[in-house]
Amino acid sequence: MSAARALFGIAALLGTLSLSACSERPQTMDAASRAPDAQPWTASKDANPAFKAAGWKEGDKTAWEEQIRKRNQAQNDYAR
Amino acid sequence: MARMKFICDAERCIECNGCVTACKAEHNVPWGVNRRRVVTLNDGVAGEKSISVACMHCSDAPCMAVCPVNCFYRTEEGVVLHDKDVCIGCGYCSYACPFGAPQFPSNGEFGLRGKMDKCTFCAGGPEANGSEAENDKYGRNRLSEGKLPACAEMCSTKALLGGDGDVVADIFRTRVLNRGKGSEVWGWGTAYGKPVQTSSAAPTEVKK
Repeated sequence: MSAARALFGIAALLGTLSLSACSERPQTMDAASRAPDAQPWTASKDANPAFKAAGWKEGDKTAWEEQIRKRNQAQNDYAR
Repeated sequence: MARMKFICDAERCIECNGCVTACKAEHNVPWGVNRRRVVTLNDGVAGEKSISVACMHCSDAPCMAVCPVNCFYRTEEGVVLHDKDVCIGCGYCSYACPFGAPQFPSNGEFGLRGKMDKCTFCAGGPEANGSEAENDKYGRNRLSEGKLPACAEMCSTKALLGGDGDVVADIFRTRVLNRGKGSEVWGWGTAYGKPVQTSSAAPTEVKK
């Protein structure tokens, strides 16, 4: 009797596992479906430090803003 | 800091296409895709004007409004970016955009339309800042390197200004005051909205 029960259990488990492939992925449209983006001043281990402009510290928002402001003034030929 | 904006000074643009070249080189943009291009009005006629055009990162971006898969997002700095993993290349954004910014590379054997590509204000995409994956899909992320868009920084006549909206507007205003002409900024009102008339500027009604 117990062998029949075990067999039934195994069959039910196999059935559940085989049917799981038939389920659908959620396809709802929400903000979570898109990967969130990091702020430009945050440090990233994937970035090549050789490309980073000198004069500001990564992770410091104020330093980044100051760097951008300075860089912006390079486009101002009345300030040179 | 105000939001990021572009201004093209038509009085200064000499149609050298330096901005186009800088953009293509910086981001390894494929053939047939031009994130930025120079448009000349009244070409060949005396007084012709050239303007460098790309995505203006609009305040109320129509591409964002029409995208059926919601792949666009706006960063804190006001840069309109998109996720190529979500984009289905339907092309709705290209019909909605007043600047013709969305570009579609030809992919596959039959030249199928690929995922949309556009100017990122050199801010990459949703992948990790400066990562190889981000570089492959969107090009360099210069903002996270403490730099401004390559097109604006490379412009030899400084016709194309890009960066903090208040700063670029101030630079442009100084120029106009000095030269006494050329105050028209093409596409500025379309992208960032026209100035709202305040109640104090409105004509007052005379009571009898």
